[in-house]
Amino acid sequence: MRHVLGLLLLAAFSAAAPAAAVAGATNIAPRTVAGDLDTVMSLLAQRRHGKVEFIEQKFLTILDHPVESSGELLYDAPDHLEKRTLLPRAETLVLAGSMLTTERAGHTRVLDLHRYPQVQPFVESIRATLAGDREALERTFHVEFSGTVRRWSLTLTPLDRQLQRSVRQVQIDGSQDQLLRVEIRQTDGDRSLMTLRPAASP
Amino acid sequence: MNPRRLAVAALWLGCVGVAAMIVARAHYVTDLSGFLPSRPTPTQQLLVDQLRDGPASRLILIALEEGTAEARAQVSAALASRLRRDRQFSSVDNGEPVTAQRDREYLYQHRYLMSDRVTAERFTPAGLHAAIEDTIDDLASPAGLLLKSLLPNDPTGEMLHILDQLQRTAAPNIRDGVWSSADGVRALLVVQTAAGGSDTDAQARAIESIRAAFAAAAAATHGAQAVQLKMSGPGVFAVAARAKIEHAAVRLSIASSILVVMLLLAVYRSPAALALGLAPVASGALIGIAAVALGFGAVHGITLGFGITLIGESVDYSVYFFVQSRRLPQSAAAGSNWQRAWWPTIRLGMLTSVCGFASLLPSGFPGLAQLGLYSISGLVAAALVTRYVLPALLPAGFTIHDVAPLGTRVARLLRRPRQLHGWQLAAIGAVLAALALALLHQHRESLWNRELAALSPISAADQNYDATLRGDLGAADVRVLVIVSAPSLDAALALAERAAQVLASLADSHVIGGFDSPSNYLPSKAAQAARRSSLPVAAQLQENLRQATVGLGLNSERLRPFLSDVEAARGAPLIEVQDLQGTSLRAGFDALILRQPSRWNALLPLHPAVASQPIDARPVAAALQRAGLGEARVLDLKLESDDLYAAYTTEAIHLSLAGGLAILVLLLIALRSPLRVMRVLAPLLLAVLMVAAGLALSRVQLTILHLVGMLLIVAVGSNYALFFDRQADLHEAESESLTLASLAIANASTVIGFGLLCFSQVPVLVALGTTVAPGAFLALLFAAVSSRA
Repeated sequence: MRHVLGLLLLAAFSAAAPAAAVAGATNIAPRTVAGDLDTVMSLLAQRRHGKVEFIEQKFLTILDHPVESSGELLYDAPDHLEKRTLLPRAETLVLAGSMLTTERAGHTRVLDLHRYPQVQPFVESIRATLAGDREALERTFHVEFSGTVRRWSLTLTPLDRQLQRSVRQVQIDGSQDQLLRVEIRQTDGDRSLMTLRPAASP
Repeated sequence: MNPRRLAVAALWLGCVGVAAMIVARAHYVTDLSGFLPSRPTPTQQLLVDQLRDGPASRLILIALEEGTAEARAQVSAALASRLRRDRQFSSVDNGEPVTAQRDREYLYQHRYLMSDRVTAERFTPAGLHAAIEDTIDDLASPAGLLLKSLLPNDPTGEMLHILDQLQRTAAPNIRDGVWSSADGVRALLVVQTAAGGSDTDAQARAIESIRAAFAAAAAATHGAQAVQLKMSGPGVFAVAARAKIEHAAVRLSIASSILVVMLLLAVYRSPAALALGLAPVASGALIGIAAVALGFGAVHGITLGFGITLIGESVDYSVYFFVQSRRLPQSAAAGSNWQRAWWPTIRLGMLTSVCGFASLLPSGFPGLAQLGLYSISGLVAAALVTRYVLPALLPAGFTIHDVAPLGTRVARLLRRPRQLHGWQLAAIGAVLAALALALLHQHRESLWNRELAALSPISAADQNYDATLRGDLGAADVRVLVIVSAPSLDAALALAERAAQVLASLADSHVIGGFDSPSNYLPSKAAQAARRSSLPVAAQLQENLRQATVGLGLNSERLRPFLSDVEAARGAPLIEVQDLQGTSLRAGFDALILRQPSRWNALLPLHPAVASQPIDARPVAAALQRAGLGEARVLDLKLESDDLYAAYTTEAIHLSLAGGLAILVLLLIALRSPLRVMRVLAPLLLAVLMVAAGLALSRVQLTILHLVGMLLIVAVGSNYALFFDRQADLHEAESESLTLASLAIANASTVIGFGLLCFSQVPVLVALGTTVAPGAFLALLFAAVSSRA
């Protein structure tokens, strides 16, 4: 429950946080291969269910070492995404439609993504990609595709000015219809890196 | 007119004039007080204050339905912004984050005074280490990237802890930026009026203002024509109930007056007789209200609503007078003959009724006590006017249409049953009574309705709608409250903090789901001071922090903002109530503080562990007791108000039985024969039993008002029975048919008056109507059949 309250706080603090933009955006604009993007999207769209394990590392300037969490990520087409963090603390986050439900230590909270657009990059990027919903992605982000169907990379830049102040980019790497790596880069140089691998068979 | 008649008329006019003046100047109340105890215990007083003017009484729930979700959201925003500018409303909330910024600033700025985790231990190297480690774990959570900006200033996570304490209840859903029901069909707003809930006039004005603001907001919003406004809440109910009772009382009084007037005109065929016949009724009503105004200081609207009950009996007196005094052509002689032959009987009937209603006088239920006084004084006045004033007012040569043929027809109808032998009648009566008693015994568990809501003039549909809105808002009705009180606000807050500790452990063990406390919004001075003094000086904190961060991968240099924030908190003044101004926390705080003369009460509403399961107050009370908080009260609002009502019902039953006993004694003294008393009372008791059985059979649960109705059956019916008893002494054929005619007319007017009540929308009036109308008819029938010509 607490972290959701944190989300509520965000409006005040992320807006107030100094936009310590980190220089060094040395990305060379990748060539957009429209055909390959559509191929990857349609491959992803065909996949109705997914269950993967994740390990997420957050690299924060304030901390010397990254903090790590791990758990499972579940997806059901078209818009149900569930992130079950098991370590270091059990916590479940369910995104269904625009409603984000979180459960932690027996407390459940629900919030509407429409109300907290600042949360969108963290969840919508992954869900829309899993859904192969290019339109949904392009509603929130400027989308760049690089690589091939076998080894692709999406670079998502928030369209919303407010969002741009906190999140610089979300990069999702994958192969065919699998997501392998999600990296969220913030404007202050902090980033989180989530690596995914197929869940051990039940 | 001779001087004596003139004097009588003048005296009567004088009395009526004085009564009219008192009535005109009387104070009329329409709040709940008629349903609330006149001699409350401290707990009941709290309940009464809560119901009358407590924060819950000032809530108006607004729902916007129909139209598109987008249109509803826009109207919600436009309506809220209009209402926020209206001083009639102390708070307006629709989910828009209008005060969110100020709320956060207040909490963030005062976090070291507000967090109950701030202790000296927490700022030792070990305490800091544990707290910061916890916060770093939080950073690993999905929301970590959003929380990290708090870390430099608040590495121990006090801000999140405060928010956690405040937001224990589920917040409503948000759609398109405003509160919405879970199914998304309606947008929701909650407003609190500045005026108390018992100020029905102010509530009515507030409701009108909301309607006007809605109309303007909907008109100004594109595509919002279809959006509908609905309102609910205690004030809305009070206004609707008042309108309903007024409407019913006025409409029904007019309708029954017209019908009774038509009936009397048809019988008397004389406008003068009609005018004279209504004189006792009008005098009785005026004097009755005046007596209540003098006796209670204020007249309750409910009492006025029962004015109709008086028509039932007092109109009978003049009917008896006109019809039965018709035997002699000279009016003066007719009057004196009637006085000799019938006045003692009417007087006895009146005294019987007075005995019945007197039993209501000692009731702790002011509504009943007022009704008792009103009926007694009204009946006595009506009888006296009939006895002394009517004969004086009769014009020379006054006569009414001959009603003897009517009496003859009634006698013909009764001939067959009257031919039965005494033992046969007794047997039939006994069988009927036994059947009725058996039926009542069978229904004994569900015979009485013990919920105060049974008297509520609000329909079940409206109550369900209210419950739906509250469910949508996540503000499920608070049923159980812990209340601590003290002579000062600060002392009450300190007690609330102690109670909160007990409740927190109950929440941990899932006895309760959670609770709210005013000390979460404004801690007591002592708690704040203790927290402030537990903050170490800057140098000490810096050293502690250096040690604490070893091995955490967190450079203490990055926590410089924390050091300066703590230093600022050490020198900051304690928080006062005024600091809450301009935040939504103010409304939350006010809702949990109830001020009584020289007492401050802090309310800690409890939330059930499982939403559908009510909280058991006993373990809560026991835990508070163990913690030395014996003076803390655990108040189950529904249980308490139902208990209150059940006590009234029990009391009213006992008082009615006492009244019945008094009637028995009175009749024994007056009639001097147990057999005659039995013959008078048996038809009445049978009528009451039959009505009660009929109600039980049609699954109507009896309320206090049914009991009052039964009392009225005895009051009205005793006249019938006594007349038959007297008639048996007279042995006159012509007199018999006149008696029957007068009783039939009197009965018809009573049945009309009360029968109309059955068509009312107000449950209390329906209860009265469905009891008295059939009861009065049965009483006449049984009394007539059992009497022998």
